[in-house]
Amino acid sequence: MNTKQWKFTPLQIAAHLGSLIPLALILWDISTSNFGVDPIRDFTLRTGKAALILLLLSLACTPVNTLFKFKQVLKLRRPFGLYSFFYASVHFAIFIGVDYFFNWNLIQDALLEKRYAIVGLTTGLILLALTITSTIGWQRRLKKNWKKLHKLAYVAGILAVVHYIWLVKQGVLDPWYFAAILLVLFILRLPAIKKGLTSLRKRNLQRASR
Amino acid sequence: MIKIKSSEITTKEDYLSRRDFLKTAGIVTAGAALLAACGTQEEIPATPATQSLPADQEAAPLSEELTPQDSVLNYNNYYEFTTDKERVAKLAKDFKSSPWTVEVSGLVNKPQTFGVEDLISKFTIEERIYRMRCVEAWSMVIPWNGFTLASLLAAVEPTSDAKYVRFETLADPDQMPGLSNGLYPWPYQEGLRMDEALNDLTILSTGLYGETLAGQNGAPIRLVVPWKYGFKSIKSIIKIELVAEQPSTFWEDIAPNEYGFYANVNPAVAHPRWSQATERRIGELKRRETLPFNGYAEEVAHLYEGMDPNKLY
Repeated sequence: MNTKQWKFTPLQIAAHLGSLIPLALILWDISTSNFGVDPIRDFTLRTGKAALILLLLSLACTPVNTLFKFKQVLKLRRPFGLYSFFYASVHFAIFIGVDYFFNWNLIQDALLEKRYAIVGLTTGLILLALTITSTIGWQRRLKKNWKKLHKLAYVAGILAVVHYIWLVKQGVLDPWYFAAILLVLFILRLPAIKKGLTSLRKRNLQRASR
Repeated sequence: MIKIKSSEITTKEDYLSRRDFLKTAGIVTAGAALLAACGTQEEIPATPATQSLPADQEAAPLSEELTPQDSVLNYNNYYEFTTDKERVAKLAKDFKSSPWTVEVSGLVNKPQTFGVEDLISKFTIEERIYRMRCVEAWSMVIPWNGFTLASLLAAVEPTSDAKYVRFETLADPDQMPGLSNGLYPWPYQEGLRMDEALNDLTILSTGLYGETLAGQNGAPIRLVVPWKYGFKSIKSIIKIELVAEQPSTFWEDIAPNEYGFYANVNPAVAHPRWSQATERRIGELKRRETLPFNGYAEEVAHLYEGMDPNKLY
């Protein structure tokens, strides 16, 4: 066995286990028949939220490295992204198969004519494309374009938050917390901010080593 | 697949036998007559004959069972407490709904302030089993206890200038933590046109499932207008005012293009952001088609003759 290939850092193990917690909780609730008043809505919301949180975590890795020079987190971008796609798929499957019970007429009305659903579907398609091209093989094949393609993760983040905002009634604050986190992540990526932060960190390091 | 144990859904047998008793006693009449009027859409059995049937046979496509009391008590839109439907019950646990008075004023000959217990003894409390359709596309079937708004209005004698009825909810920040959300135009207010207010379906409810109204359901007195989206059925009323002009209403103030004054249930008119063609009945797995006027077209469609249905959302 190639031991090198299977070596996981504690951080990676924690990330995988953490990403599986929402799934474990859902399976636990199903197996113990612990359902809320509206279980379909509940499971749809929970899988959607898990997908959104994991997508934001995936987007947070790079800024965290910029801030703290913590290279290990860069390895988590892919698993977080893949788990996000996984939960988004379950979210979509519940919508189609359980909520609308494969009734295509209703799905057409609900999915293709409503902007929140169109935005959600677009987010899912982006995540699908990123998942398919997440392998090292595709990374090599697409060369420079791979990085460009995977910048779509930002777009997916924005669309996912918009999907959530358009779903709720005005004044319901939950999606706006996610919007605020996303905004902070974007600000940290602005070239000027990034440069400032990097030099600030270097200066602190120098001062500490003096 | 999500399997809901039938034991969690079926709480109706006990309740039906109680209803049966009430019926024998000659108390339940209006509700039953109403159900009969709705024909095959309503197949809530008058006798507990389905008791021996297995659970899957009870769930025939057109039958409409009562929503379990537990669900009615634990799934509430009451933003004065929280926007989280499943937390309202906890936050409203200690809501002080007694003593409570309702001021009825405005364009009336006999403005009065009623204690809720006076209203309950003054008017005949009937049981009305109504569908409740939320604008968020879920629904319930609830056995309300209450009296017609028409009977209260008759007592105060509206003048001929009174064209609309305006309602207001209590706004007590000490008891209602949700009021701290400054994005909303508190207090909650609602309104009905005079003929809507006088329609026999329109009731003021003081209880459900034969029990005093719980805080989360709008204790001690709330409006129930079954052919309109749930947000019209204003909770914990402190003031009823007869007015000449169409009053502004809570959700219309926030988003007039999404929640209009009329807010009649209409599967053909979508909410700008989601479809209203179907609904999920709480406790059921498959979606139901939403009915025009929530199934009460026979009783209320005539109120809107000549009006553009697209303006009636």
